[in-house]
Amino acid sequence: MDKLQIGSTELESRLLIGTGKYSSNEILPQVIESSGTQVVTVALRRVDITSSEENILNFIDKKITLLPNTSGARTAEEAVRIARLAQAAGCGNWIKIEVISDNKYLLPDNYETIKATEILAKEGFVVLPYMNPDLMDAKRMADAGAAAVMPLGAPIGSNRGIKTKEMVRILIDEMNLPIIVDAGLGAPSHAAEAMEMGADAVLVNTAIASSGDPVAMGEAFKLATEAGRKAYLSRLGPQRTVAEASSPLTGFLR
Amino acid sequence: MSAYEKIATYETLDFAAFFASVTEDRIRYALIKPSINEEDFLCLLSPQAENYLEEMAQKAHKIALNQFGRTVVLYTPMYLANYCVNACTYCGYNSSNEIKRKKLSLEDAEKEALAIRNQGFRHIILLTGESRTHTPVSYIKDCISLIKKYFSSISIEIYPLEQQEYRQLIEAGADGLTIYQEVYNKDTYKTVHPKGPKSNYQYRLEAAERAAKSGIHSVSIGALLGLSPWRQEAFFTGLHGQYLQDNYPALELTLSTPRIRPHKGTETKIYEVTEKNLVQAMLAYKIFLPRAGINITTRESAEFRDNLIPLGVTKMSAAVSTQVGGHSIEDKSTSQFDIADGRTVEEIRCAIREKGYNPIFKDWEPF
Repeated sequence: MDKLQIGSTELESRLLIGTGKYSSNEILPQVIESSGTQVVTVALRRVDITSSEENILNFIDKKITLLPNTSGARTAEEAVRIARLAQAAGCGNWIKIEVISDNKYLLPDNYETIKATEILAKEGFVVLPYMNPDLMDAKRMADAGAAAVMPLGAPIGSNRGIKTKEMVRILIDEMNLPIIVDAGLGAPSHAAEAMEMGADAVLVNTAIASSGDPVAMGEAFKLATEAGRKAYLSRLGPQRTVAEASSPLTGFLR
Repeated sequence: MSAYEKIATYETLDFAAFFASVTEDRIRYALIKPSINEEDFLCLLSPQAENYLEEMAQKAHKIALNQFGRTVVLYTPMYLANYCVNACTYCGYNSSNEIKRKKLSLEDAEKEALAIRNQGFRHIILLTGESRTHTPVSYIKDCISLIKKYFSSISIEIYPLEQQEYRQLIEAGADGLTIYQEVYNKDTYKTVHPKGPKSNYQYRLEAAERAAKSGIHSVSIGALLGLSPWRQEAFFTGLHGQYLQDNYPALELTLSTPRIRPHKGTETKIYEVTEKNLVQAMLAYKIFLPRAGINITTRESAEFRDNLIPLGVTKMSAAVSTQVGGHSIEDKSTSQFDIADGRTVEEIRCAIREKGYNPIFKDWEPF
């Protein structure tokens, strides 16, 4: 079985999903089930542990690995504080670092993210930084102790697909830790494309949450992720600019 | 260029002539562009664009779904005091009005906060009238410090402050500022704010920026629709929002579309703003500034509010009392204005769910 290893955890599903933007918390268990995901990201800013009805954690099965994120953090210091609070609140030791100080495009701040990664990795967190796909910064995150890096495909919530394709491809080729394409994947075909390129996993939220039928869309993303992974492992045939006969007539000359 | 200077660049624009020049092709062009500029925004606010409200609504709905999903944050205001030194001709708190004035003691403020918290709210807005004497910054700071433990987010809707004063309140636990310019047209502003510190147009206009410089997390702005022709007021509100987003990218911006409500006191000239007009303004805001939230208060009726939800509403007030001590104190003050949606929190939550949206009490915390 082709498994994804993050830190010391082995995962069979390569689709991670988000929990924001849904019409109700009650639908979450069904989406988790249909998508087959084993890792779910939760914004700590949304978690209200004092209210059983409002606490989103109550809608996520205990067998699912929680990936609390630092949504709302504008600096490394804030991200570190949120990570520690998430751990204290019983969310485990995985953390997705999101440091964003630009509310218009929601682009991550790689510099602050690297700083937070270093601090939290030293504290024993399994750190997954959300980042602008830059090779040198990805290497710095790896050096700082990241367990994977999460380059954006397009701005959060844009559903526009992998607009950063060439940069993500470089990360896939050059990095020795899992690449999880995060943000911007708006259709199952985008997830399949990322997986065909060789990404190790994808994270999807808006495309599922804002669809007409999130449960069915969760399954669609599951199938697309699996199809893309299988295609990658099967090694895609090379692309050519001119047609080439599959049974050349002069093959005997070789 | 400051927000004041930016708005001033459009003061001499002949709005009537501009609107007369807007063609249907021009509106359709604005609607197909991925992002629109100031001129496109003005086209969407034109009388001709009323024929394209459905197309605007479809576009705004898609933008809102992508940006915010199906979630609506519920909050409620908490009135600390209604003493005021201004003479706004449209407000029940006008210092000349003979109304029952009141200011909560710290003990009463905590009691009120607990009553609100027990209704489920985690986000609140603290309001005062504008009186530095009765409600000095130190009093507001004490209130915030005292009740912070009950809430995830505390916004303030008070008189404009200096930058270092905003800093003090942020350090005490405030993270949001609501400040309505009321009216962006300078001449009308002067007429409806005849005396008192609020008559300083520029000082009020630049308050949001001073708070942003102090590191506030969110700012809510708006024009009180009805004081001046609404199309121009909506345009200036959008320009103000754009200025804040461009210069303070970390700031979370919300736009409000309050319409004047019946209140005690003097009369002022009211320009009609229909429900259709309000919808047009809201849709134009969403298309012009996709990341900005939209706040709809209980000034609007229950049915109207429910129908606005899919058009991009991100925040709604609920269980509102505009009286000082309205949630817990028997000896209440006179209300600031009459509300139109008097439903309970549970009724509003049900209505939001029926629309296919998720009512949320906690969406932020300054960790």
